[in-house]
Amino acid sequence: MEENHVGITVEVNGRPHRSTVEPRTLLVDYLRDDLGLTGTHIGCDTGQCGACTVIVDGQSVKSCMVLAVQADGAHVRTVEGLAQDGRYHAVQQGFWEKHGLQCGFCTPGFMMQSVQILEDNPDPSDEEIRHALEGNLCRCTGYQNIVEAVKAAGATIRSGAETMAVGTGVGA
Amino acid sequence: MHPAPFAYKAAHSVEEALQLLRSHEDAKILAGGHSLIPALKLRLTQPAVLIDISKISSLRGIRRENGKLIIGSGTTHREIEQSHLVAEASPLLASVAPQIGDVQVRHRGTFGGSLAHADPAGDWPAAALAVDAELVIAGAHGTRTVHASEFFTGMLTTVIEPDEILTEIKVPGEGTPGIYLKHRNAASGYATVGVAVTATHDHGRIGTVTIGVTGATPVAFRASIVEHALNGHAVSAHLLDEAASHAADGLECLSDIHAPAAYRSQLVKVMVRRALGKLLHA
Ligand SMILES: Cc1cc2nc3c(=O)[nH]c(=O)nc-3n(C[C@H](O)[C@H](O)[C@H](O)COP(=O)(O)OP(=O)(O)OC[C@H]3O[C@@H](n4cnc5c(N)ncnc54)[C@H](O)[C@@H]3O)c2cc1C
Ligand code: FES
Ligand code: FES
Repeated sequence: MEENHVGITVEVNGRPHRSTVEPRTLLVDYLRDDLGLTGTHIGCDTGQCGACTVIVDGQSVKSCMVLAVQADGAHVRTVEGLAQDGRYHAVQQGFWEKHGLQCGFCTPGFMMQSVQILEDNPDPSDEEIRHALEGNLCRCTGYQNIVEAVKAAGATIRSGAETMAVGTGVGA
Repeated sequence: MHPAPFAYKAAHSVEEALQLLRSHEDAKILAGGHSLIPALKLRLTQPAVLIDISKISSLRGIRRENGKLIIGSGTTHREIEQSHLVAEASPLLASVAPQIGDVQVRHRGTFGGSLAHADPAGDWPAAALAVDAELVIAGAHGTRTVHASEFFTGMLTTVIEPDEILTEIKVPGEGTPGIYLKHRNAASGYATVGVAVTATHDHGRIGTVTIGVTGATPVAFRASIVEHALNGHAVSAHLLDEAASHAADGLECLSDIHAPAAYRSQLVKVMVRRALGKLLHA
C-alpha cells in the first residue's frame, strides 16, 4: 500500500469491494473511476445538483460531498443496482412511463432520491415529493413529470405489481 | 475539484479523538463534512490530518434529562427533523431542521458541526441563541459548558479551541412555542436571513420572547431590543409592529451579490414581525 493510502471495504449493490484509496478521494470518484460505475453523475461538484446521489446505509447522500474513506464498512446503492432479477425497479419504470426525463443527465440522482422517498413513505403527497426532491436539479423537465413518475412508482410498489422486464421498450 | 492530500484517522471515542488532536499538528475534526469538504475542495483550508468523529456513537442521539433536551453534537439534521422528542420538547428546533439544505444534506450534516462551523448564513446558530443553548466542550482538562450567547465570537469563529471538541448541546425541553422563518438564497438554500423566535403568552399578555437572527450579519445575534420592548406587555398588532420596526437598529448588515445590506436589514424587520405574528396571533 502506498504511503497515505487507506484500505477500505465497501459493499456496492450487494458486492463487496476491497480497495486502497487516497483519503482525499471522493465517494463519487471512487464509484466512477475505481469501480467503473459511471451511472452516478457529477453535475456540479459543489453539493447543489444531486446528480451524484447514492444511498449509503439506507440514507441518500450526495457522493461528491462524502469521502470514500467515510464509506468504509458501508452498504452503498447506486443506479446500477436498481434493476433486480431482470426486472426494472418501480422507480425506473415510473420514470419511463411518465417521461420523467429528457436528456437524462440528472436522472440517476433523481431516481436514487426517489427510491429514498418511497422507502421512507410509499404514499407521499405531491408536496412531500417536491420537498424531498429539493436537493436535485433538472434543467430539462420542469419537474412535473418527475413528480408524476414518483407517484406512479409509489402506486406500483403499493400494488405489489411486477415491473417490466429489463430491455422493454429499447429500440421500440 | 479535489482536496489537497491529507491523512485520515477515524476516532472511536471522544478521548481517542482528543488524543489524536493533541498528537497531530494541523489536524481538523471531520463530522458530517458538509461544510469542511466544500472548503477542502476549494482549498480554502488544507489541514494535514482529518480526524473523523462521525463514528463515535456517544456523540449521537437525543434524550431528555431534568426537563432539558440533550443532543449529541454528531446528531444529524435529519435525526432532529424526524425526532418526536424534539417536536414535543422544542418546537423551534423542529421548525429549523427541515429547512436546512435538502434531504441528502440533512442525512450527513450534524447539529454540532453546524454550530462549530458558525457560518454566518447557517440556520442552527439563530436557534441556539434563541433557546440559549448550553454547549458542552471537551478538552484535555475535562469539559466546560458555554452558553450560546458567549459561544459565537465572529464570522466562522467560536470559543472552541483547536484541541477541543463540542460534544453535546443542552436546550430547554418544556415545549415553548417557537418558529423559524427563513428567506432562502435561491441558489444555495442557505439563509439570506433567518429568524428563530420563541414566545410565551398568557391571557393576552406576553411572557418571554427570544429572537435569534442569522444571515444578516457576520455572526448570528439576539435581537434584544425587540425582546425588551415586548416582554410583559399586552399583545397587540400595534405593539408587534412597533417592536419589530427596531429589529435592525444599529446593525451593520452583510452585503453581497445576493442581497445588499439595506435589503437584509429590511428582511430582518419583516421576518421578525411575521414570526411574532404567528406565535402571538396578532
Ligand atoms: C449543498 C449544501 C447545502 C447546505 N445548506 C445549508 C443550509 O441551508 N443551512 C445550513 O445551516 N447549512 C447548510 N449546509 C451546511 C450543512 O448544514 C453542514 O452540515 C454544517 O454546516 C456543518 O456540519 P458538518 O457536520 O457537516 O460539519 P463538518 O463540515 O464536518 O465540519 C465543519 C467545521 O466544524 C468543525 N467541527 C465539526 N464538528 C465539530 C465538533 N463536534 N467539535 C469541534 N469542531 C467541530 C470542523 O473541524 C470544521 O471546521 C449546506 C451544505 C451543503 C453541502
Ligand atoms: S455533483 Fe454532487 S451534488 Fe452536484
Ligand atoms: S433530464 Fe436533463 S437535466 Fe434532467
